Amino acid sequence: MHAFSYHKPSTLGDALSLVAKQSEGKILAGGQSLVQAMKLRLASPTDLIDLSGIKDLAGIKVEGSSVTIGAMTRHADVENNADVKKMIPALARLAGGIGDRQVRHMGTIGGSVANSDPAACYPAAVLGLGATIVTNKRKIAADDFFKGLFETALETGELITAVTFPTVKRAGYIKFKNPASRFALVGVFVAETSGGVRVAVTGAASCVFRATAIEKALTAKFDPDAVPADTIKADTLNADLHGSAEYRAHLITVMAKRAVTQAVGK
Amino acid sequence: MNAPLIGARIERKEDYRFLTGAGQYTDDVTLPGQTHAVFVRSPHAHATLKSIDKSKALKAPGVLAVFTGEDLKVGGLPCGWLITDVNGQPMKEPVHPSLAQGKVRHVGDQVAVVIAETLDQAQDAAGLVEVDYGVLPSVTSTDKARAKGAPQLHEIAPDNTCYVWAIGDKAACDAAFSKAAHVTKLDLVNNRLIPNAIEPRAANGMYSRADDSYTLYVASQNPHVERLLMTAFVLGLPEHKVRVVAPDVGGGFGSKIYLYAEDVVVTWASKQINRPVKWTCERSESFVSDAHGRDHVTTVELAMDKDGKFLGMRVKTTANVGAYLSTFASCVPTILYATLLAGQYTTPVIHCEVTAVFTNTVPVDAYRGAGRPEATYVVERVVEQAAREMKLDPAEIRRRNFIKTFPYQTPVALMYDTGDYEATLSAAIKMADVAGFPARRKASEAKGKLRGLGYAAYIEACGIAPSNIAGALGARAGLFEAGEVRMHPTGSCTVFTGSHSHGQGHETTFAQVVADRLGLPIESVDIVHGDTSKILFGMGTYGSRSIAVGGTAIYKALDKIIAKGKKIAAHLMEAAETDIEYDRGVFKVAGTDKQKTIGEVSFAAYVPHNYPLDKLEPGLNENAFYDPTNFTFPAGSYVCEVEIDPDTGVTKIEKFTAVDDFGNIINPMIVEGQVHGGLTQGIGQALLEGCKYDPESGQLITGSYMDYTMPRADDVPNYQVDTRVTACTHNPLGVKGCGEAGAIGAPAALMNAITDALQVYGINDLPMPASPQTVWKTIQNAKQKKAA
Ligand SMILES: Cc1cc2nc3c(=O)[nH]c(=O)nc-3n(C[C@H](O)[C@H](O)[C@H](O)COP(=O)(O)OP(=O)(O)OC[C@H]3O[C@@H](n4cnc5c(N)ncnc54)[C@H](O)[C@@H]3O)c2cc1C
Repeated sequence: MHAFSYHKPSTLGDALSLVAKQSEGKILAGGQSLVQAMKLRLASPTDLIDLSGIKDLAGIKVEGSSVTIGAMTRHADVENNADVKKMIPALARLAGGIGDRQVRHMGTIGGSVANSDPAACYPAAVLGLGATIVTNKRKIAADDFFKGLFETALETGELITAVTFPTVKRAGYIKFKNPASRFALVGVFVAETSGGVRVAVTGAASCVFRATAIEKALTAKFDPDAVPADTIKADTLNADLHGSAEYRAHLITVMAKRAVTQAVGK
Repeated sequence: MNAPLIGARIERKEDYRFLTGAGQYTDDVTLPGQTHAVFVRSPHAHATLKSIDKSKALKAPGVLAVFTGEDLKVGGLPCGWLITDVNGQPMKEPVHPSLAQGKVRHVGDQVAVVIAETLDQAQDAAGLVEVDYGVLPSVTSTDKARAKGAPQLHEIAPDNTCYVWAIGDKAACDAAFSKAAHVTKLDLVNNRLIPNAIEPRAANGMYSRADDSYTLYVASQNPHVERLLMTAFVLGLPEHKVRVVAPDVGGGFGSKIYLYAEDVVVTWASKQINRPVKWTCERSESFVSDAHGRDHVTTVELAMDKDGKFLGMRVKTTANVGAYLSTFASCVPTILYATLLAGQYTTPVIHCEVTAVFTNTVPVDAYRGAGRPEATYVVERVVEQAAREMKLDPAEIRRRNFIKTFPYQTPVALMYDTGDYEATLSAAIKMADVAGFPARRKASEAKGKLRGLGYAAYIEACGIAPSNIAGALGARAGLFEAGEVRMHPTGSCTVFTGSHSHGQGHETTFAQVVADRLGLPIESVDIVHGDTSKILFGMGTYGSRSIAVGGTAIYKALDKIIAKGKKIAAHLMEAAETDIEYDRGVFKVAGTDKQKTIGEVSFAAYVPHNYPLDKLEPGLNENAFYDPTNFTFPAGSYVCEVEIDPDTGVTKIEKFTAVDDFGNIINPMIVEGQVHGGLTQGIGQALLEGCKYDPESGQLITGSYMDYTMPRADDVPNYQVDTRVTACTHNPLGVKGCGEAGAIGAPAALMNAITDALQVYGINDLPMPASPQTVWKTIQNAKQKKAA
């Protein structure tokens, strides 16, 4: 790890001005992705601006039929939150399946979403539920947020403050774990929302994406057997030691079926 | 007298310090004037070193020195076992330099060392060493190493061949095959593994100008051997001027047996800069610098008569030794492998030919089991397959061929002293509820799952011995062990052993042996190991030799303590020495109620006021060296039951039953722990782990935990383990050793279970690790084949 300066602002305003001042600096949330990259010397920010001192950024609020989760809310807090468990159980379950206990007590939703790791779990929920990413500047619809491999719509100096999830009729998330890293080799989030069925796939490609053919079939009939096989072309998918593109394409179908089974509570 | 301690589940004495973070590992040792070393390693699999420019690194802040192979002109790292080729020539032993000499031969090969005031400074400066590489084509795969046109690693080893070696009577074997009613044949790959001790390797070398001596702290399994090899072969130093300390060591599994380049470099460099030099391996660095394990490609044929009785076995193996010969690389795929091919069976003739090849990969050496897992995998996979082809129950075919009378001379050199293979097999069958398997299989099928059951009946050989025979077979070292028992005046006891504990629990097990025999509370006995300045000598810990060889050395020292104690007691009680009887800490005059305890005798020995000074030296301190007359032969039967999800290829281990015969057991809790750990490593090999190199670039693909799958707690079931006992006949404790058994037997049992489950698709083999993708793909291929 290279040397860096550490800052712990207690207001969002202070954080933003530090971010503006330190062009080679980085925001530190739970550090579960960033610190690893720094240890491997893949990232060497001059400054770390730790958001954990900003009280307003953490916490879960229910407003009407939506749940707003502050950017600095830890995975474990989402996993164990009574409102989330009641209103969007698939989201609580997803959070509870991220990494291990230590990771879940440090990692944050803001960090995960901002990072847009192709194998991360949260992006599948954000896109699958049609959530809204709230930043210090604007609100961004999930459909417009994830742009590519570790790439999002966030601009320089823009900071996620919260993510707002609408409650949905029913939803399910199944992750097929990469045996080594236990990130998603393929993760499928299905949700029956007021605006129709949404199916988001993570782990399989360079970035989370919606499986529109499966959405269409499930809109006609929200049932595991309705999930069509082989709707995703293998040549658009990732291939690595643990999963060829062909295997991933197959797993998308299997995981989608299982996610629907979970959603319908069979 | 205290309660007997042999056979007691005593909690480990060492765990308090481990669990409270009070252990002292090599990296915890910081010496006055400490400096830090970082190695510059090759990013290429094969390249010439055109030039190395260290000028920028030397100017970086805090840098004290940068050394390359130009600076370190010393002997190569030696190989400890000479294998003789079938043509009578010695194996090819290319120089294994501590810092590369003109060429690098695997990703991670050490090119230079940067030493600085702080670790960060050394790391920064390491990035400034400019190396101009002339990249060469590489070969990493075992079966391509000898292919026409394959890149050549060493001039002295044409066709990348280290040796071709054979054992057994080929003509007799061929004759047996010509008479066979049936021959079963399998092509098997024993996958390459990367050891992953919790504590990475580390070394801290210190030179003392005051007396021209060196001290090396090192994460090692055998400090005396490390010292011997380093002083005699590499650095040419007088042995008495070098002290090697292996303090707490966090796991080894074989990977810390060897003399490594880094150990040599920090020791040598500490004199050059006259300050102590510490190196601690980073995790990703350990993937490309710790000796790897296994990596065999094998064809096996088993000849049978019409009743499934084994008539002969033919084995051809290519073993990948990596880029250079590591310390024991040569004997693992030969002496420790082919000699085990009889397994538990009376196969009358066996022939095995082993070709060892160099490739552009990290050197391969002994890894938990070392040769014996490879042998068991070959034997137990082919036996299970034979049962399928002969339509025999897999337990039945084993029973028909079990060795039943002992001692038994195998056709591959070993002489088994004792065993009862039926006892462990039938116990395992019962414990695994094999009778209930068909019902469980039906239940799985109803859920759309496939269920399979597999056996492995393994044999292993522990405590390589005796030294003279090993020497005749090419060993370049002795294989005895030393122990010393020091009674203190007030009756407590310190024991020094040449064995080394790095997780095995010697400090408890050995203390049990001593405390039991001396009638002392276990708290009164401490075990000291891992320091050449304290311990007489030692061959270290590997090959499950510690209790059988190291424990016996201590036992022999105790014999001497008791013999001398009898003389002292006789004097104290004014009796004849021949009338003194000894039992667990009490010296008695036979037929009287006169007695003296070991404490009283010790006191008399050290405060010799009433003592036969004219006949006997004062003090009570004895040592012994023990060279066993034979190996010990633990054996056992494992039964594994799996459920496979054909939609995803995921294999779940539903049950794993292990019944082992380790001879007498000192501490059943520690033995169970060893079995659990071994099984988990074996399951890791079969289901999860697998080292992969990119065939084009020679890069290590599984270079971190993001890609290399270590077993986790939820990958393994709750094990059912038990033991049966046939006591070893040639050591006084009747012990055999238990450290490696699990890793030896588990892979075959698991793969037999998986292939059993996949019989519905006609699948008899698939590569390890049987990852979900591999299982799924194998099923798809079989379906396509069937459809075509
Ligand atoms: C062993 C292990 C296992 C894991 N397994 C999983 C898994 O199974 N599934 C999964 O989804 N994830 C997994 N993770 C990743 C984990 O969820 C991380 O916590 C998460 O990806 C990043 O969140 P963080 O809070 O740690 O962010 P950090 O590491 O602190 O930051 C990540 C990046 O986001 C930026 N950032 C952070 N917060 C904000 C913000 N509010 N606005 C803008 N940018 C911001 C940072 O500058 C940095 O670039 C695992 C991690 C580890 C170490």
